[in-house]
Amino acid sequence: MSSDNQQPFVTDRSRVTTDTQDARLTGQDDRFNSRLREAFGSSPFILTKFDKFMNWVRGSSMFMLQFGIACCSIEMMHTYAVKHDLDRFGAGVPRASPRQADVIIIPGTIVSKFAPRMKRVYDQMPEPKFVIGMGSCTISGGPFQEGYNVVKGAEEVIPVDIHIPGCPPRPEALVYGVAKLQERIANGESAPVVVKPYELEQFGDLERDEIVDQLAAEIDTDDLVMRYNWADSP
Amino acid sequence: MSIELPETAGVTEQSPEELEALLDELVIGRDDHLNAPGYVIKPDTVVESLRRLRDDAGFDHLSCVTAQEYDDRYESIYHLKKFDDPTQEVSIVVPADKENPVSQSANAVFRTADWHEREAYDLVGIEYDEHPNLKRILLPDTWQGHPLGQSYDQDQPQVVPLREHKNPLLEDQRAASESETMYLNIGPHHPATHGVLHVKAVLDGEQVVDLEPDIGYLHRCEEQMCQNSTYRYQIMPYPDRWDYISAGLLNEWAYARVAEDMADIEVPEYAQVIRTMGAELCRMAAHFLALGTFALDIYGDFTAIFMYSIRDRERVQNILEDLTGQRLMFNYFRLGGVVWDLPEPREEFIENARDYLEELPTALEEYHDMMTANEILQLRTVDTGVLPPEVAKSYGATGPVARGSGIDYDLRRDDPYGYYDKLDWDVVVEDGCDNYSRLLVRMREVEQSAKIVEQCLDLLEDWPEDERTIQANVPRTIKPKDDTEIYRAVEGAKGELGIYIRADGTEKPARFKIRSPCFSNLQTLPEMSNGEYVPDAIASLGSLDIVLGEVDR
Ligand code: SF4
Repeated sequence: MSSDNQQPFVTDRSRVTTDTQDARLTGQDDRFNSRLREAFGSSPFILTKFDKFMNWVRGSSMFMLQFGIACCSIEMMHTYAVKHDLDRFGAGVPRASPRQADVIIIPGTIVSKFAPRMKRVYDQMPEPKFVIGMGSCTISGGPFQEGYNVVKGAEEVIPVDIHIPGCPPRPEALVYGVAKLQERIANGESAPVVVKPYELEQFGDLERDEIVDQLAAEIDTDDLVMRYNWADSP
Repeated sequence: MSIELPETAGVTEQSPEELEALLDELVIGRDDHLNAPGYVIKPDTVVESLRRLRDDAGFDHLSCVTAQEYDDRYESIYHLKKFDDPTQEVSIVVPADKENPVSQSANAVFRTADWHEREAYDLVGIEYDEHPNLKRILLPDTWQGHPLGQSYDQDQPQVVPLREHKNPLLEDQRAASESETMYLNIGPHHPATHGVLHVKAVLDGEQVVDLEPDIGYLHRCEEQMCQNSTYRYQIMPYPDRWDYISAGLLNEWAYARVAEDMADIEVPEYAQVIRTMGAELCRMAAHFLALGTFALDIYGDFTAIFMYSIRDRERVQNILEDLTGQRLMFNYFRLGGVVWDLPEPREEFIENARDYLEELPTALEEYHDMMTANEILQLRTVDTGVLPPEVAKSYGATGPVARGSGIDYDLRRDDPYGYYDKLDWDVVVEDGCDNYSRLLVRMREVEQSAKIVEQCLDLLEDWPEDERTIQANVPRTIKPKDDTEIYRAVEGAKGELGIYIRADGTEKPARFKIRSPCFSNLQTLPEMSNGEYVPDAIASLGSLDIVLGEVDR
């Protein structure tokens, strides 16, 4: 807004339009010449797909789930707090309830007892949801990969969009990972969905015939299991 | 200028022969460890032996219970100490039958045996007679086999039914049981549990009538990992990940101490000074986080105290990063010293550290203004979560939790290691026994740590250049003699962090047992919260300052 414009605000309609237009054209008042306008040309309309617009919005304002597991969560806290301040990137509002969160950062080692719980927290998040795997543990089990109780990566349980390597990754790395995720969301990319741990999956891609139907009927859906086939894990 | 040693005159020290005479007919053999005499007893005389040692010889601290399987037998070891003088130790070794491993529970004498024995049952497979609640503690109930036993097949599939993880609140608990109480489920994903702790609470109105911590959501096989690694280099990175709240160097010291004592390695004095300084910096960082999260728990102070504490941690972490090259997982100690000297230019490093210490009193004043002087916090913490000293001792509580209950127990002074005994500092003890005292202890300990760091900086600055030996000459592979057994502890950020190692003549330990202070401290939670209000239980949990990586290991 130009402050040296001596004209007070005028309510006469016919004059307002021409005045502001003049002001804009002569460069006196550049409040309409925003970066957005530069990007979209002189047309006063933004033409975009609604989807694309929504993706942009999603990527620009993300609510993170306040979710701590292991050592990486300490660095995650540092990323949220002073100095690194993830909020600068429109992604720093930690929510304590999964029902209000868009993004879950998985910061740490997942063990057999915790995996079903994590799955449930993930299931409780509303769509669309995104997952950041923080640290080597969520990639492969990290330093504890050979442990009898350690799930070999978060991908065994829920789909992951971005993996951030490191043990622990520095806060800068996490910030970079979040920025990458925002980029992907804005471009409308997200991870393919994997549903590995449930037994039903074994029937998932079979054609429905009598045997499959019978087997499926035998499954107690109230008591599905989480099965860990350690030998087949990567 | 050296720390005053505690009065140990009142604590009579018994010779191994006297102890043997005391246990008399119960002893069926000797199995001495490097740190203590060990007496073998029959599996059905555990209570009797421990009671005699506690009541007649003053061994009032059951520090740790180690279980292990040999080719021909199972064995439980009770590591006993005295709170008044932890250098007096004794081990009670209880062999159990290979086919049918049953042993008497020590729960009647020491309450802390409860969880320790459950863990032994869970991981090794020894059954404890007369145990009040013998079920799995770290692994899911449906787990097949005992993973630290010899016959365990790690490749077998494990199944965890979802019913075990079903939402316990799905049904209306009160209507179902027609009682006056209500079931409240806290965790394992909850902001106030400091990680993945699960607390099952039963409420009567607003009051807690029963509370049971359920752990194991971060049991990542630390003991197995260490048993599969070589002494010389491979184990050292793991301790960083036990207590991961920046207490890395303190944990590394626990391993360094036990392995050095075992392999008879002499650490150069210069390295000891660096270790002492680094460890105390870590303690400060760990306590800062405890303060920040405590304020968060008590009155949701995310904007001031929490941010302040993170700011102060960042500063400590910067110094530590200069020193070790890492922000969190330092891996800086080596057996026989540290990996490298102070960074060049030395003057700059020392000056940075001094700058930090100079500003610390102002920062601490801020904390005091906003926390200890804050009326809300006082209302919430004074006289809540009371833990009387006898109860704390029976549960084997150590660290700030014990010192907040008036127990004058600090291994840095009582069982000196490193350079602590040549420096001038005090052990902080408060006898309020409540949440407020534990908070105060931590805040004052930060001051003491700063005092230690300052003295170390002075020493390092003046250390003659040609005497700066950072590592002793240690062989590339270390193979302690077969059947050497040792238990050693250091004062970690949360309390007594001990390690038991049994060697089998190879370069990897045959048994590596971690005694985690948080594991024992957390056990006191029901004692502190039963009968109190729910918010007070949360405050008590915060004041215990547990870290789940260390509880579950
Ligand atoms: S990746 Fe490393 S720092 Fe992160 S949780 Fe795993 S062990 Fe801890």
